[in-house]
Amino acid sequence: MKPRQQRMLAVGLVVVGVAIATGLTLQAMKDSMMFFVSVTEVAEGKYPDNRNFRVGGLVKDGSVTREEGSLEMNFLVTDLRCDLAVSYSGVLPDLFREGQGVVAHGRLREDGVFAADEILAKHDENYMAPEVADSLAEAEADAAAAKADHVREKTAGLQEGPTGCPSNDS
Amino acid sequence: MWKFIHQLASPPHFYRIAQILIPWLAVPGLLLIGYGTYAGLFLAPMDYQQGDAFRIIYVHVPSAYLSMLAYMTMAVSAGIGLIWRIKLSHAVAAAAAPLGAWFTFLALATGSIWGKPMWGTWWEWGDPRLTSELIMLFLYFGYMALRGAIDDTSKADRASAVLALVGAVNVPIIHFSVEWWSSLHQGPTLIKEGGPAMDPGMLYPLLAMILGFTLVFGALLLRRVRAEVLFRERRTRWVKDLVLSGGN
Amino acid sequence: MDLSMGGYGAYVWTCFILAGVVLVVCEWRARLRHRRVYRDIEVRIKALGDSQ
Repeated sequence: MKPRQQRMLAVGLVVVGVAIATGLTLQAMKDSMMFFVSVTEVAEGKYPDNRNFRVGGLVKDGSVTREEGSLEMNFLVTDLRCDLAVSYSGVLPDLFREGQGVVAHGRLREDGVFAADEILAKHDENYMAPEVADSLAEAEADAAAAKADHVREKTAGLQEGPTGCPSNDS
Repeated sequence: MWKFIHQLASPPHFYRIAQILIPWLAVPGLLLIGYGTYAGLFLAPMDYQQGDAFRIIYVHVPSAYLSMLAYMTMAVSAGIGLIWRIKLSHAVAAAAAPLGAWFTFLALATGSIWGKPMWGTWWEWGDPRLTSELIMLFLYFGYMALRGAIDDTSKADRASAVLALVGAVNVPIIHFSVEWWSSLHQGPTLIKEGGPAMDPGMLYPLLAMILGFTLVFGALLLRRVRAEVLFRERRTRWVKDLVLSGGN
Repeated sequence: MDLSMGGYGAYVWTCFILAGVVLVVCEWRARLRHRRVYRDIEVRIKALGDSQ
């Protein structure tokens, strides 16, 4: 082997070796690399015990209630499979609204309510003008309404199925 | 073709050609940045969720992209320099580092300023995207510190090249961090299935900014490589002739 | 033109000004480095010439 080829091999081995080692390490640390857990994971009990953690999801439509005369507020965070009750008092980011993605930091109380000490807003990767978003939402609502009608016709008389959220009561 | 590359890799040739090339990169680059800034700030519609705060994207995304491009430039040049023993290649790697560090700083700073009003926080420890980008800043610092600590240029070239190559693993981690792990940071807007998730009126200024920043980066890199080449070749005949003749 | 950026002016303008400053600093640092190297070589050549 020529010296140049040897050097090529050495450089290749370093790059590949580091990539594999890093990949394995990150794989092993996957859980602790997660910035937040989902609501379903909380329901399954997959959250760190005895310490604060973050849970992420969407603020459920129509679930935000405020206590009069104080900053205390309650709402549900959902991942469209499970819901989690969150109580919080403090400042909210500008993006906080119903239907918006949020990441709550805090701990799970005995009564199953998540007591948050910090609420952060998470936005998606789509950027569009307000008018476009409005017309898009309208079109989606129409489509959803049509679909709901269709489903209602199909499932008339059938019992509503389970929501699919695993229970953590056991 | 090979002859051309070989000629370009010769320091005096590169030194002269780079000087000619710089304005050809800088002028279109600055024009694009000028258009992108005006269109991004005043012509593009506001975002349906973030309002006018989204306009920070026009400096945040180009600088974040450049922070990674500069790292790849540095790592690839360092690798080529190691394998083929091309001195100019090491000079390019050494010149890319400070520029990369500046753009990484800019990406972190603008991201932080964007995060405060939108997410509700300047910085969150433990977020994978934020952490991996911060690690890249430290990789640049480490690379420059290592170079500075070794007096012998060719030894510094080889040692720092290994560090640059090892650290290159962080570049894909930055890009995929938002997909592999949960993060406060949203997923990629431009590089995604089905094309960019953005209105054309918002997209074109952004693309202009990205291209403009890249061209200006090219000009800055050439300027830095010229200084680097001049320093490395300071004892050669052609540099002496150049300086004696008062050339630039 | 809405310079207040819907209340986010402080954030938006800070970012754009910061970007401009970084570009200017990068250019200035690159020129400074070139000038310093060039001057050192000039001084060295002159010193060599004087000693001969």
